Amino acid sequence: MDFLFVINQALGVALSPTTAAYALAAIGIGVHFGYAGLLNFGQAGFMAIGAYAFGITTLSLDFPFPLAFLSAIVASVVFALILGIPTLRLRADYLAIVTIAAAEIVRYIVSTTGLSSVTGGASGLSAFARSFQSFNPLPGGSYGFGPWTYSRAEFWVFLWGWGLVAIATVIVWLLMRSPWGRVVKGIREDEDAVRSLGKNVYAYKMQALVLGGVFGSLAGVIFILPRAIQPTNYATTLTFFTWTILLLGGAATVFGPIIGSMIFWVLLVLTEGVIGGLVRADVITFLDTTQAGQIRFVLLGLALILLVVFRPQGIFGNKKELSFNV
Amino acid sequence: MSETTLTHPLVDGPVGPGCKKVDPIVVADGVVRRFGGNTAVSVDHVEIPRGRITALIGPNGAGKTTFFNLLTGFDKPNEGDWSFNGQKLGNVPAFKVARRGMVRTFQLTKSLGRLTVLQNMLLGATKQPGENLFAALLKPLWRSREEEITVRADDLLRRFKLDAKREDYAASLSGGQRKLLEMARALMSEPELVMLDEPMAGVNPALTQSLLGHIKELKNDGTSVLFVEHDMHMVRHISDWVIVMAEGKVVAEGPPETVMDDPAVIDAYLGAHHDTDLGDMIEQKSVTERARRVEAKEASLADD
Repeated sequence: MDFLFVINQALGVALSPTTAAYALAAIGIGVHFGYAGLLNFGQAGFMAIGAYAFGITTLSLDFPFPLAFLSAIVASVVFALILGIPTLRLRADYLAIVTIAAAEIVRYIVSTTGLSSVTGGASGLSAFARSFQSFNPLPGGSYGFGPWTYSRAEFWVFLWGWGLVAIATVIVWLLMRSPWGRVVKGIREDEDAVRSLGKNVYAYKMQALVLGGVFGSLAGVIFILPRAIQPTNYATTLTFFTWTILLLGGAATVFGPIIGSMIFWVLLVLTEGVIGGLVRADVITFLDTTQAGQIRFVLLGLALILLVVFRPQGIFGNKKELSFNV
Repeated sequence: MSETTLTHPLVDGPVGPGCKKVDPIVVADGVVRRFGGNTAVSVDHVEIPRGRITALIGPNGAGKTTFFNLLTGFDKPNEGDWSFNGQKLGNVPAFKVARRGMVRTFQLTKSLGRLTVLQNMLLGATKQPGENLFAALLKPLWRSREEEITVRADDLLRRFKLDAKREDYAASLSGGQRKLLEMARALMSEPELVMLDEPMAGVNPALTQSLLGHIKELKNDGTSVLFVEHDMHMVRHISDWVIVMAEGKVVAEGPPETVMDDPAVIDAYLGAHHDTDLGDMIEQKSVTERARRVEAKEASLADD
């Protein structure tokens, strides 16, 4: 078994655009849950909205990249408003139920055969990145070094992915040290208290929902740039992966989602490499290679449980500010 | 007493339930709130005097807190209307009520646990432009206001003897300190009317004295206070006016001296023991209870 190859692969994935996309989605639910106390269990829905808005406007409407990018943002704002208007006046649990259902509704709608001329149905969409790459100003050749070597096209995706993560991180940092962040964190603690102090709680919750939703939607765009749009990618497991990442890094932290996403993906690739390697080398005989791929998700679930029990504040979280007793 | 018509400098006309005040800050008319078939509040007319400390008393379930929630917009009435400073307040959402200068505290303290004491205080301030999503991104837009309200917050924290806790999470405060913090936070916006829902519940006697002092100070600053309280000594001690509720209605009102001697009020609420020291009663009870327990134990031993 080639350990060097496994490690190389793991290091490579730490900075992949997919990791950036998951980090961005986790930053979004960090705004929702970590700061504003909103239980959004439909981040996969926001990612799907972003991905499909980008793909459909590019392929069906021939939008150039900047317009398609803008469409993804607008679509997620509309989606957030639709979810928020009826539920944000109610108790927090209702938003959780509505978001998880709405994400599934989105997934079923985009995979219906009736809409396949627009959404591609079950087979999804592909070849939408041409306009994005046509804006690529980089000269040809390869970029980076070692496990982080990228082609010209890959590096363009890399720049956008991590660039958006950086922008989102700065926005979250700026907001959370501001009076706006104070109000939102107050709402997380007790919204009636904040209401009694003259703050329009509903409007703040809506702003937080929209902001985190836009991050989720842009994460959806980054996620599809190196691959095709597949409706099956947007199942609830995607939402729970982003939650795992958020809790791993620390819910109400600025860098938690980024480091959480890196650790998450490095661990997934490492365990797959090691367990798969051991199976192929006949050291582990009771698993086949497919099962080896699945077992890491079992381990992941176990890791999440241990994390929540023993370090609920996550890696970056402040011990005094336990972010888990909602 | 009921034969002679009483007058009082705060009152325009004779004193009695629903009487007109010379200068009311809140006027409520026909406020009704039903929960299912239960009428929790049914207040025909009540006026709360300006610049005074008014106590709202009554037995458990009299509708005091419900009436509080209605006035502050935290609950919607089935019928009725009320005004604050002459402006209609019926169906105005809670946050707008607070912005107009009518700020409340809660019976079960609502300190924001994972914010520091100072952040709790700053949240009570008004007119902070940084509370706008876009302005929040640019610190120069809100820095000067932040400095102003921090000065005010520190001043209030000193007055409420919480300055040593400034940087601690509110969750680490004791129950009594949280009451103090909630009250101090309510004062950040310099409200015209402060509504305190059982400010003394769970506060130790030493702290009670300083809380009483703070409430009196409020009056000296020209703030009107309306509070719900069960501690009759406190009501007698600091209030200028007492409104008695029972079964959702205003059954009596007047200055504390007269209201608390009103046999109807004593009957409805205070009970015969309202002037006995509670400690004596509890001691007596626990002595008899202990004796009863010893007897029971002996009996069970005898059975074995």
